[in-house]
Parts: sequence; C-alpha cells; structure tokens
Amino acid sequence: MKIITCIKQVPASTSVDIDPETGVLIRDGNNVKLNPYDLYALEASFQIRDLSVSGKVEAVSMGPSSATRALEEAIAMGADEATLVSDRHFAGADVLATAYTLSQLILHLGKYDIVVCGKQTTDGDTAQVGPEIAEFLAIPHVPYVSEIIAIGTDSLKVMSSFDDHDEIVEVAFPCLITIDKGHLVPRLPSYKRKLAYGNHPIKIVTLRDLADSEVSHYGLNGSPTQVEAIFPPEKRTDSILIRGKAKEVAEALKKILQTNKYI
Amino acid sequence: MGYIHINQGKVTGEIAAELTRICPFDAFEYTKGILSINAACKMCRLCVKKGPFGVCEFREEPVQKIDKTKYRGIAVYIENNKGVAHPVAWELVGKARELSKKTGEPVYALLIGDKLQTLAEAAIAYGADKVFVYEDEAFGNFNVEIHTNVVEAFNKRHHPNIILFGGTAQGRSFAPRVAARLKTGLTADCTALDIRPDGDLLQIRPAFGGNIMAKIHTPNHRPQLATIRYKIFSAPELTEGAGQIIREDTANIETTTNLNLVAVRDKPKTLDISDSEVIVAVGRAFKKQKDLELIRPLVERLHAEVACTRPLVENGWFDPRRQIGLSGRTVKPKLIITLGISGAIQFVEGMKDSDLIISVNQDPACKLFQISHYAIVGDIYEVLPELNRLLDQIL
Repeated sequence: MKIITCIKQVPASTSVDIDPETGVLIRDGNNVKLNPYDLYALEASFQIRDLSVSGKVEAVSMGPSSATRALEEAIAMGADEATLVSDRHFAGADVLATAYTLSQLILHLGKYDIVVCGKQTTDGDTAQVGPEIAEFLAIPHVPYVSEIIAIGTDSLKVMSSFDDHDEIVEVAFPCLITIDKGHLVPRLPSYKRKLAYGNHPIKIVTLRDLADSEVSHYGLNGSPTQVEAIFPPEKRTDSILIRGKAKEVAEALKKILQTNKYI
Repeated sequence: MGYIHINQGKVTGEIAAELTRICPFDAFEYTKGILSINAACKMCRLCVKKGPFGVCEFREEPVQKIDKTKYRGIAVYIENNKGVAHPVAWELVGKARELSKKTGEPVYALLIGDKLQTLAEAAIAYGADKVFVYEDEAFGNFNVEIHTNVVEAFNKRHHPNIILFGGTAQGRSFAPRVAARLKTGLTADCTALDIRPDGDLLQIRPAFGGNIMAKIHTPNHRPQLATIRYKIFSAPELTEGAGQIIREDTANIETTTNLNLVAVRDKPKTLDISDSEVIVAVGRAFKKQKDLELIRPLVERLHAEVACTRPLVENGWFDPRRQIGLSGRTVKPKLIITLGISGAIQFVEGMKDSDLIISVNQDPACKLFQISHYAIVGDIYEVLPELNRLLDQIL
C-alpha cells in the first residue's frame, strides 16, 4: 500500500507585522517548523502503513529548497521516502495553484492508495488545500479524520469528526483524508533514523518533470485570487491603558466591572 | 498576471543583502553574483515597492480577460440538515442583500437536499430573490461528491457571479471541492466583504500567518467563492419576501459515490460559547492547568463561560469547542475579559466585535490591547489573587 503524506513548512512564529509607516512586512526572524497538524498526518500515515501489508509512506512538500528540512524531519519520524516539488514558477501560488501543483506531483509519483493531509496549516489556516487536491485527482476525500477504524483491501473505514457529531465513513481507494488530531500522538523523530538520511535522499521534482508543465498553470499565473493590498488590523482609538501595582490594577478592574453593573 | 524581473546588472552584494532584508518570506537567493527568487515568494511585491530603485520590477503579462457582465447573482449555499438550516446561511443571505444593493444583482439561495419546501420559504423570508431548489432523495444526507456535482450543474445553468458558503466544518470541506471543480478562487474565513461596481468581490481576511490583513480579489475568474464563519455577520430581519422558488431538474446529476456513510454519532451537547453573553478567556500566560483555579471566583461571580486560545486546546486543557478565533468560534459577548492572551490575529478576529473588552496582560505592547476598551498591564499571577481578594469582600 502506498501512502502519500503532504506536509508543509510554516513560520515558527506568528509575529509578522506591518510597519505602519513604510508598509514593509516585519517578520520576527525567519525561523520555520513543520506545520503542527502535519505531525498528526504523519502519525496517521504510519499507523495505516503499520496495519497494512508492505505499506510505504512517502512524504511530499511544495516549497523552496530549504523546505527539504521539513521532509528530513518526516523521514526521521518514520517516512520511507520524501519528495520536494520546487520551482521558481510556483511563486505566488494561491490555494488553487498550490493544490494543483501537489496533485501534479502526486500523479508524477505513480500509483498510490491514500493521500493524507493535515487538517490545515497554521500559517494560512484555510484547510482548503486537501479537499482541492482530492478534486484535482478526482478521488473522494474525508475531512477531519480522528481515527482510522479499519483498513480493507480496497477501502478504508475512518471516523470523521464534526462539531456536534462524528461520522463513520467507508471510502474506496484511492482516496484522500485530512487528519484532525483526535487521540493520535505523533511519534518523536529518531536519532537512528536521522543518521540514516544518507539512505533516504530527498528527491527534488521541478516544473519540467510534471505531466502538465505549462508555466501559466502554476504560481501567480495559475492563481485566481490575488492579494490586492495588505494593511494592519484596526485599532481602537478610545482604548484606556491601566498601569500600576497588582493591587491597584485589580482595584481598577473591579471598578470597571462595578460601573458596568457586572458585580 | 506577471512576474518579478530582476535586473541582474544592477545587483551588488549590498543590494542583494538589502532585498533579503526587505523580503518577509526569505525568497531571495544570492549565489555566484546572481540574485534569484525561489518558490517561497508570495508576490507581495515589497521588493518592487520598497527595494532599491529599478532592481526588481513587476512585469505584467497579457491575459485574456473574461466578460464579467455574463456572470450575475450573489448565491448563498444554504447548509441544511434534516430540514434545518445552519444559521450562518441566513447571515450570508443578509450580507448578499447588502452587497447586491451596490451592483443591482439578484440574491440567490442555493438549496440542496430532500424535503425542502419549508426551507425554501424561509430563504425567501430572509430576502432571497430566487431560491434554486435541488431536491432529491439522493441529496438527503450531505455527500461532498454528489453535492459538488449539484453546484457544478447550478453554476453551468445560472452563471452566478459569487457563491458564498458558511465556514462550518461541512462548508470548509465542501467549498474547496467546488472551487477546484470550477477552477476558480476561494478565500477562506473572510472577516469582511465588499463589492466593486463591476462585481469584483473584495475579500478581507488575515494573511501571511501574521498580524496582517489582506484584501483579496478574483480579477479574472468566475464565480468568486468565499467562506465566512458563523457570527461574523448578523442575521437579517425577516421580510415579506417577494422572491421566487425555482425547482431544478435533478435527473441528470450524477449520484454515484465512493463514500459510504456507515453511521452518525451525535456528540454530547456542550455549551456553544458563540451564544455566551459573558466570557472569561484564558491564554498561554497560564503555565499549568492547575493555575486555572485562579479564575474561578471571577467566573462564578460573572456567571461567565470560560474560553481559551488555540495553544490551550492543543495542549489538551480545553475542548476545541471552547476555542475563540478563526480556527475556533467567533464570539460577540456583552463582556469579555481576556487573561494572559497576547492576541494573535486569528484570535482577535474571532472576538473583536464584543461590546466590552477588558484585557489583562504583562506586555503593554501586546496586540490585544489595541482593540481592548480597557487594557490592564499586569501579571495574571499577581493581579488575579488581588482581584479574588477584592471579589471576596463584595457580598
């Protein structure tokens, strides 16, 4: 069984700001990490593999060449193989172009049974890429999977977790699932596996390698949505700042609650 | 459409360093005297606007423009389960009405399911000009494959300009499927919407994973799709609707599926913080779960509900249903007291419309203070015990 797990490198910190005067984005360092939701996607992938006969997990990612670090982490956790799809023509890709690129990569990698994605990323927070990949691959998807119940020869039974209910769904291969954390506990990267990087070179795929290598289908040109402007969030001008010793500010808080008749 | 062209002739080591500093996405690579842009580029074009003059240049490429006049109508997908609509659907109908006043387009309600007459009438009462009803036994339970086929059929027949979806768990799985089917753009979790006279939808949402808002548009694709969370907009007043109910032919819609819904299990009902009037929200400043005891006197005194930020859900202290933010719940209580929350934008966007916001945080520069009515600088571990003592003295 071949399992493809889509992962993404995201900024380690969310403290990106706009300088209100110059309009320049200021990022607090360029530290990156593996999207936390992808840890659960990887764990679910390993569990499916370990329950199946001769399963293999291939981690894939789209990004600049520095994103190989995220793939190395996936290998250290237990992925069998890893591939990065990277090309300067992917710059400025929105959700549609990103999902299309990843679907082209998946097709390029050959036959597969299950694609696994994290529920969402912590930088875009859209949760859209998984379902869009599934549509481009013309396969069914099940969102918010919190438990793998059973693995059959040609289908998977999973628990899909919604706000007020759970659904038990049987889905035929090939399929895509997005993983909610549920009771999954991601395994830690292993030092031994890290040492074995040499045996797991990360493959790099570029636009030229893909079945559809038409430049205009990727990156900014393949993106229907465009960011027209960026601006800092609204501020309140009548905000009252209260400072002082703990006792004084607690007193002030009590007064505010009393004035507004909450106590 | 276009790309960023680098005039290599003007690039020096110094200029490369400056551009690297300006780029918030670390997308410049400078090797062997050649400066290039990698896939990390988000096309924010700050290198063009703020970089050394003439080095980076945005070059437009001509594209064939679509005829926007051919697409009319602001459609709202009415999410429903066994004859009951999710309230976000009516909020979106209300917003669609507002937008339609600027362009003179009709408001459409798109209803998919079984036994929909009552819902169709409700859609009219909420202000839809036309309700397109796709009724079939096969549509009784939501199925993302089949429902996508229905929206495809609707789009092919009626060419709407916009389709809005509620940002519910279902909507967030369904809308992207539709977007990829129709090969169009989709903006998730918009916090504001506006429209231009030519019908271009302006979609406002936090972006780039930071404290930044972006105005997003879909200049050359139709329909334009967006999801909006529950409680971002208000429900419209009911009207003496004069709309029209149109029953669509469903005979040619493909209903085979690879998804088999085996069972549905309702989760135990828990309180929905979206409807709470008083909320005490806690954040990462609480170092141990046990320390949450500190808020108990305040919570009891105010009869408040307790809510939290995302990290506290991630470390298992709270049920996800108590999380405020774009990836949790949107709340608009009469009073919210935030304790030890610095205010990541996805949190702020989920509570900024509350009537009275009081925040306690150690850092006077924290983001949450900028939208708080009262910003109290202090360490929760010092302020809360003092406050509890004061509350104790009040009978």
